[in-house]
Amino acid sequence: MRFAFTADQKMLRDTVRDVLRRACSPEVVRAAWEGKTEGARAAWSTLAQTGLIGMTASEGAGGMSMSELDLLLPLEETGYAAMPGPIVDTAAVGIPLLEAAGTDAQRERWLGLAAAGEARIVVSFEDREMVPHAASADILIAERGGAGYCVPIDEVSVVPERSVDRTREVGKVSFELSPSYRMREDVNSVALFALGRERAALGTAAQLVGLTRRMLDMTVQYAKDREQFGKPIGAQQAIKHRLANALIEQEFARPTVYRAGWSLATGARDAEVDVSLAKIYAGQAAKFVAKQALQVHGAIGYTIECDLHMWMKRAWALAAAHGDAANHRERVGRHVL
Amino acid sequence: MDLNFTESENAFRYECRSWLEANVPSERLPSGDTKEGFALHLSWEHKLFDAGWAAVSWPKEYGGREATLFEWLIFEEEYYRVGAPSRVTQNGIFLLAPTLFEFGTDEQKSRILRPMARGDVTWGQAWSEPNAGSDLASLKSTARRVEGGWRLTGQKTWSTRAAFCDMAYGLFRTDPDQTRHRGLTYFMFPLRAEGVTVRGVDRLDGDEGFAEIFLDDVFVPDSEILGEVHQGWKVAMATTSSERGLSLRSPGRFVAIASRLINLYHRFRDRSDPVLRDQVIQAWMDAQVYRWFTYQTVTRMAEGEEIGPDSSMNKVFWSEMDVRTHETALAIIGDALELDEASPSAVDAGDWMKGFQFALAGPIYAGTNEIQRNIIAERVLGLPRK
Repeated sequence: MRFAFTADQKMLRDTVRDVLRRACSPEVVRAAWEGKTEGARAAWSTLAQTGLIGMTASEGAGGMSMSELDLLLPLEETGYAAMPGPIVDTAAVGIPLLEAAGTDAQRERWLGLAAAGEARIVVSFEDREMVPHAASADILIAERGGAGYCVPIDEVSVVPERSVDRTREVGKVSFELSPSYRMREDVNSVALFALGRERAALGTAAQLVGLTRRMLDMTVQYAKDREQFGKPIGAQQAIKHRLANALIEQEFARPTVYRAGWSLATGARDAEVDVSLAKIYAGQAAKFVAKQALQVHGAIGYTIECDLHMWMKRAWALAAAHGDAANHRERVGRHVL
Repeated sequence: MDLNFTESENAFRYECRSWLEANVPSERLPSGDTKEGFALHLSWEHKLFDAGWAAVSWPKEYGGREATLFEWLIFEEEYYRVGAPSRVTQNGIFLLAPTLFEFGTDEQKSRILRPMARGDVTWGQAWSEPNAGSDLASLKSTARRVEGGWRLTGQKTWSTRAAFCDMAYGLFRTDPDQTRHRGLTYFMFPLRAEGVTVRGVDRLDGDEGFAEIFLDDVFVPDSEILGEVHQGWKVAMATTSSERGLSLRSPGRFVAIASRLINLYHRFRDRSDPVLRDQVIQAWMDAQVYRWFTYQTVTRMAEGEEIGPDSSMNKVFWSEMDVRTHETALAIIGDALELDEASPSAVDAGDWMKGFQFALAGPIYAGTNEIQRNIIAERVLGLPRK
């Protein structure tokens, strides 16, 4: 039993953290909010150069054959930076799906590009037509009627919707179920997409942990700086206790996410229960910390000019994405009761 | 990361389980926080010690088996899984002993540890005073230097099981010219000695689990000081962080309670509604989460890291989880919740109400959760003290 990441995993995290600190500042996220996505695109490319985007691809396809567990800390950092773009869809779900279920032609056309960060993948699971980042992606991988489809985005109809988090560019996707888009039929598509769902939920949970950490960091800093009644507001016990509660939520959510990463990576029994715990606790922590962060910031936190809102809105969206607490609790309930 | 237990850890688990299943008393013992229950629990403690299970992580020379921290967690999981009796030796084994290992002399260790672990000498803690609770450093009890030792005077309170115990440990002011954390010394002292009066206090749950200790010029030799004279605060803090953290509340206890809750839920299924169902699931998940969090902490400790103020997060989490879990159980039981162990119709012999009342003490003892939150905010998050 050893519940800790390896030195290599931590080093990769530090690299990603460093890259994103420079390439994905709050100004970059703010620009993406206003539709100016050049900065966010550049961050994506920079991250691709570190190998992160393609890290789950096999070595032959330009990747590093890395596992769900290896991917967790880098994804957490993308949450910390509130990095815009379909990073979970592409790195955690899409590339492995394309590699396992893509036809030779599909893999040849897209896999190398996706791994190099030059093609973005979005994934639409069965009955999930609402897809974030669809309009700006390059390929849609979709599960329809138990079969897999891989469709170039310019052949997909994307009807724009609007997310409270403007960087998410949610759209409703539809396409012609043409055999030319079909992925391999000699693989178990249902099982592969089911695994994809677990990876999507887990990757989202990892991002939620990162969002949570950033909101708490911002808020602790604010509580140290902001003075009222002649002293920092963080010296008040009412503020201290809110933030202590926030830290507890955050720190107890983290091991659930790491545990689920290990379970998926090793094919452990009941891995899906662990994924559900991860999604529930990470979502709960993010929403709870968002609420504390807003209250401690006071009126300035209630404005668009304060960065906090971009993290909060991402947290709300991701806490509900790929199964909200009720969905996942139901699944845990079937296992436990 | 490797979240499988090793072969030797699994073998250890099997050994624990086999011994416990063969030896745990088949009859439920009366509460260990009553006079007759205490005596019965002690004979169980003797049995545990004689078979080498009383303090698995201790060195062999003191009756342990030099188990790793993970093996200790495994022992605890198995211990609670079979529903073994609660440990009336815990204030010695889990709170004083870690301090003895860190600050005790060889003479103290060889004299004190084995009888403590066997339950031949039982220990209560004596921290709080009538006017020194959360603000422990304002304590008033004194120790006066005399030939060959010290004379203790003062009043301690909320000393768990002190009404039945032989010995206690606590802080006394040895330097009258110093204030607050300075000039205190950590003493071990007898409860059955000239000048000591112990008065039991009935707790919320009805057991005489608490006691007040009155000390009137009680002689204690120098050999009963733990650590250096006037350095008692530092020594005591080592104990309080074991109390908040791992050693008192290992996850095995909560995993076992969650399993019992699920069993209760199934028995009362006809009463269940979606809210109760969710709460039962939540209780099970919280126990799992506490387990993963603890495994993560134990890995850090095994790799030589100091846990320090992080243990306060642990304490807040388990104590509040324990209250929620028992509240859920009582909601499942419904109006029969009020029936206690003396009532023939009580569900599970009134255990849930008893456990609920005991759980309510969790956010108060070992440093109230308000104090823990201050510690987290100031020492983990770095918020200003003033």
